[in-house]
Amino acid sequence: MSAVIDTHGHGHTDHDGHEHHPSGLMRWVTTTNHKDIGTMYLWFSFTMLLIGGVLALTIRAELFEPGLQIVNPEFFNQLTTMHGLIMVFGAIMPAFVGFANWQIPLMIGAPDMAFARMNNWSFWLLPVAALLLISSFFVPGGAPAAGWTIYAPLSLQMGPGMDLGIFALHIMGASSIMGSINIITTILNMRAPGMTLMKMPMFVWTWLITAYLLIAVMPVLAGAITMTLTDRHFGTSFFNAAGGGDPVMFQHIFWFFGHPEVYIMILPAFGIISQVIPAFARKPLFGYASMVYATSSIAILSFIVWAHHMFTVGLPTAGLLFFMYATMLIAVPTGVKVFNWLATMWQGSMTFETPMLFAVGFIFVFTMGGFTGLMLAIMPVDVQMQDTYYVVAHFHYVLVAGSLFAIFAGTYFWIPKWTGIMYDETLGKWHFWLSLVFFNVTFFPMHFLGLAGMPRRIPDYASQFTEFNQIASVGAFGFGLTQLLFLYIVLKCSVLRKGEKAPARPWEGADTLEWTHLPSPAPYHSFHEQPEVK
Amino acid sequence: MNAPAAASASNRRMLKKLLVVALGMFGFGFAMVPFYNKLCEVAGLRELWQPGEANAAAVNTQVDLTRKVTIEFDSNVRMLPWTFKPMASSVEVHPGELTQMMYEVKNTLNEPVTGQAVPSYGPRQAALYFNKLQCFCFTQQTLAAGEVRQMPVVFVVDPALPKDIGTITLSYTFFRVDGADRKAAKG
Ligand code: HEM
Ligand SMILES: [Cu+2]
Repeated sequence: MSAVIDTHGHGHTDHDGHEHHPSGLMRWVTTTNHKDIGTMYLWFSFTMLLIGGVLALTIRAELFEPGLQIVNPEFFNQLTTMHGLIMVFGAIMPAFVGFANWQIPLMIGAPDMAFARMNNWSFWLLPVAALLLISSFFVPGGAPAAGWTIYAPLSLQMGPGMDLGIFALHIMGASSIMGSINIITTILNMRAPGMTLMKMPMFVWTWLITAYLLIAVMPVLAGAITMTLTDRHFGTSFFNAAGGGDPVMFQHIFWFFGHPEVYIMILPAFGIISQVIPAFARKPLFGYASMVYATSSIAILSFIVWAHHMFTVGLPTAGLLFFMYATMLIAVPTGVKVFNWLATMWQGSMTFETPMLFAVGFIFVFTMGGFTGLMLAIMPVDVQMQDTYYVVAHFHYVLVAGSLFAIFAGTYFWIPKWTGIMYDETLGKWHFWLSLVFFNVTFFPMHFLGLAGMPRRIPDYASQFTEFNQIASVGAFGFGLTQLLFLYIVLKCSVLRKGEKAPARPWEGADTLEWTHLPSPAPYHSFHEQPEVK
Repeated sequence: MNAPAAASASNRRMLKKLLVVALGMFGFGFAMVPFYNKLCEVAGLRELWQPGEANAAAVNTQVDLTRKVTIEFDSNVRMLPWTFKPMASSVEVHPGELTQMMYEVKNTLNEPVTGQAVPSYGPRQAALYFNKLQCFCFTQQTLAAGEVRQMPVVFVVDPALPKDIGTITLSYTFFRVDGADRKAAKG
């Protein structure tokens, strides 16, 4: 995240000085530079994180007490839906694409992404989609309110806000697919000579697999929402029971996308953690090959577990058992990864700078989310917990403490390379500890609420749930405010440009190409001469 | 790049291949629809609206056709100047079958009278299996002077009725509830 890039500072590797790119706003609109585009992705994602966060805090304010205080139930449903959509499609996914744009060419020694112009386009679709999505708040009937999973029949009955939401999803899907094509092509065709697939940094591997997942499932989501759209306006009956359609079919198609989607949001996080841990343990990643195989098997298995989101729709028993065991099977490669990270740290000479703190915090808290996932995978248990706050606790443990913490870890890890300036270590540590504590204050009580039977997506609740909800709300506001500290830390490096100058290789144990072959900040044009990898 | 021209040609080939995959997966999403329809049909998961069955008259699958139970109807009045009798003294029904029986009451007085019917069953445990869906005994009945009224009771005998119960007696007693009976008794 930086406004890098002093365009004169690229003299180190770039001799010909041929580019006369426009300056000011037009520079960002027309840029095809992977670093510029990565920066824009990251700022876009942070903006969406703040918007989605404001929605979340409104939800938590309403839930501070039983009864209806701040919003009416219809608007509450819009809040939960839009919070989910904005965080998933606006914050987490684009953040990882931002990392991919910045880091993949640097880590494989390529001069840029394979399709630079398409890259520009993939990014600029996103603000358009975000505007469409957010403008749905202002149309009659308001924003989509069927949950981020936009299940039929609700999604068929809603006002024009749902159409805007569907268009926005189509556009974001197109953006993701173009981004993925770019990433796959870059990785497969543009690696530095000598960098075989099995020598690629783990982050590059996880993104390669993620990009394949995206290409496989984003079109399926596009199909599902296209069917929703034609059911709404063109008289088809895919999901419309009145016309002989089947609402449960929407769930099957949606989750065929949806479960791989949750891995799309965590595999790049695994990649970041797999770069950070070895750098601060000063040891190579333990079990590199097994990491690659674990990641691939997670990706493949993720296609055969979707119905664990549908244990209560009335599947035949054989189906229930299959999806239960298949889901539990995924825990095996996930466990392999956790053990490999622990083994990497084992007897390493570790130091705990902010990226490492977030990485270790990730392992600890993400693993708790994995365990609650396993609980939910047990079908007879899930029948009790489906649609309760237990599920909300589960996926925030894996998505906030998983994906988001990895994004923080990666930002602290690479921001010296991006901006040439060290972040403020003291503030970074504060950011970590406040985030960790407030995260748990917010989401840990939700386990108890779910077990006690509090349903998710409700604006009002029985009074016996009050205390835990109040704790969660206090934690949420703490967590939200803490992220303003993160904003300040990043601004300090990138815009204010205050802080120590970063050396080319600020982390002793970091040994990928961007640290060993490039100065900090990474010049605007890098690796026009590809390095030789031995 | 070392060989930019060659690289960009192979990049473009890759782009095309991946686009085809993406388009294929878009089609795959739609292909799931007939696939699931077929699957549900084969597995019988949608019996409720299978073609053909929707037109057939709804059949009550819970009727136990293997046996019959005799229901006897009895009627009494206490301190009430009414006549009260069932339209038939007994019927034979299959457990699970929905049945209706009419009772007739007549107010023999020259003023309105309010009464409440209270049911009882013989044998006693049959009460557990005798489900009344509609009954004049659910509310108080007020009859105008000299009025005659026919009143239904609609019931189902639970198929779980023990096999050794072949006859159930449903007995109603009408009580006067407007207080006039007590006045009459005192005065
Ligand atoms: C050990 C691995 C995991 C297992 C066994 C697992 C299992 C499950 C199960 C069974 C559910 C359905 C709960 C219900 O609706 O009743 C669920 C929901 C969910 N999981 Fe996981 N999960 C795992 C990891 C993850 C990861 C890594 C992510 C994302 C980063 C994730 C994100 C979600 C989300 C977003 C939902 C809720 C979807 C919704 O209904 O809105 N899970 N998980
Ligand atoms: Cu899932």
